[in-house]
Amino acid sequence: MKEILIWAEQRDGRPMGVAFEILQKACDLAGLLGGRASAVVIGQDCRESAAELIAHGAGRVFVVEEPRLGLYQADACTKILCRLIGEIRPGIVLMGGTSVGADLAPAVAARLGTGLTAHCTDLHIEAIDGRDQLVMVVPGWRGNMMVKIVCPEKRPVMATIRPGVMERGRPEPSRKGEVVAVSPGIGEEDFRARTLERVLESEESALEQAEIIVSGGFGFYEAGGVSLLEELARAIGGVTAGSRPACDAGWIPESRMIGQSGKTASPGLFISIGASGAPHYTTGFAKSKLIVAIDRNPKAPVFDIADFGIAGDLREILPALVEELNRGK
Amino acid sequence: MPLRILVCIKQVPDPEQFDRITLDPVTGAINRAGISPVTNPIDRHALEEALRIREALGGSVTVLTMGPPQARKCLEDALAMGADRGVLLCDMAFAGADTLATAAVLAAGIRSAGDFDLVLCGNESVDGATGQVPGQLAEAMGWPRVTHARKIGFAAGGKAALVEREIEGGFLRVEVRLPAVIAVVKRINLYRLPTIFGILEAGKKEIVEVGCAACECAGVRAEAMGLGGSPTRVAGIFQSHRKRHVEMIGGEPKEAARNLVRKLRELDALPEHD
Repeated sequence: MKEILIWAEQRDGRPMGVAFEILQKACDLAGLLGGRASAVVIGQDCRESAAELIAHGAGRVFVVEEPRLGLYQADACTKILCRLIGEIRPGIVLMGGTSVGADLAPAVAARLGTGLTAHCTDLHIEAIDGRDQLVMVVPGWRGNMMVKIVCPEKRPVMATIRPGVMERGRPEPSRKGEVVAVSPGIGEEDFRARTLERVLESEESALEQAEIIVSGGFGFYEAGGVSLLEELARAIGGVTAGSRPACDAGWIPESRMIGQSGKTASPGLFISIGASGAPHYTTGFAKSKLIVAIDRNPKAPVFDIADFGIAGDLREILPALVEELNRGK
Repeated sequence: MPLRILVCIKQVPDPEQFDRITLDPVTGAINRAGISPVTNPIDRHALEEALRIREALGGSVTVLTMGPPQARKCLEDALAMGADRGVLLCDMAFAGADTLATAAVLAAGIRSAGDFDLVLCGNESVDGATGQVPGQLAEAMGWPRVTHARKIGFAAGGKAALVEREIEGGFLRVEVRLPAVIAVVKRINLYRLPTIFGILEAGKKEIVEVGCAACECAGVRAEAMGLGGSPTRVAGIFQSHRKRHVEMIGGEPKEAARNLVRKLRELDALPEHD
């Protein structure tokens, strides 16, 4: 049976959001290929995660519990994943492209000697060279091009998926799945790199989970600066973000940067203000359900990817928008 | 405790000119003619970090790149910034490599260039942007790795590094035994620019060329290099089609704002009023 394995990154005893996104994708692919989706969770206590993953469609959850693995340990996790993949021989392995996933996946792929494709925005099955293959689509050259990558011979095919680009499924508590306890099998030699502590500095940037994002480009500053952006976000019930120039200028923290070198988000509503719409920016929100663009220049490329556009003086439009949104509150 | 540091750098097309990259509609090939090559921006931060470590603790800084003959320019720039010597991994056999085959050749090049305590890389290149090479290089060396490093210090008399490694919303404090591969993010430092003196000095420094044969001697089979050693393939490239049908909302700002909010409410895109 073809198995599609996802690594469900766990923080504080819960899977990170991207785990559910890639699990849904694994379930879809398993349906197409006639296999099953499984998950592996590594941590101190993984029971709750296992139950949630089963509710989201995992047929099997491999649970690796070990007190020393409460925090991400690069060496130990690499060893555990490589051994597990060697034993269950999945055809495909998917991992979330978080900062930890982006550390773990390359090492695992290298140790297994197989191919890995980074930061995929789409996965599908397509006939290439006369046979069905998993096609992994990645933005190239800051989103100016899309590149299709395949891994014709080596198995498993591995991919990391950008958080926020795929849709998570609905949990069904009635779903049944098997929980398989796996012994970690690690020793002191597997801590050449040892994570000593985790320090949280800011509230977890909730961009990937936000339903409404209000994002500023370089042009919004002249229109009243960050305070106006925040006011609009408050009025509309959204969170703020920004393009690279807005982050480079220090108006928006880098953790809230939208685009190829920042975050990808696909909220229900994305409002872009004062950004002309370079591809490396728009690739970060192109999959939003609804996109509103507001910019001074009516010919700005951002309008090509928007559903609604307003061209004009931001200093007039933004306050009018805030007023309109606050009306009747 | 002086450290022997090697920094991996890469020549990339200037990211400021990426919008000039086009696709040949017939052959499907990428056309980047006329786009000037530059050193991958994050790699300059990796080099800067190496220079600062050398200034603080002593030791040496070697820069290494894999690329076509013109990638020598990156090494010359790095020597002008203050690196001690350069290594150019250049051979047709290396061409077409994905990250796995790249890491294999880099590892061989590093082994053939001497003994090192620390390899520094930029966390990712701006063109491929996979961020996979540092971790795969560490595997090829058989060394531990720390990626996403925003601060590096040393402990245990230079036998270990203490790294702050960025994660979403904060960082992990990691202690890593040397030798190790550490990949840095941009915010780790502000890098220096070459001085006239540095540029003059650079001319006196050595750049060693390493080809396929030397890499084979350093333990990598020719089949593991280049396109042949790459498990992944590019199956196609297409221009992103992200056009939607935009409805421009005109009129006076107040009217436009009212119409936009009405349309968003009709589409149920705004939260309910309290």
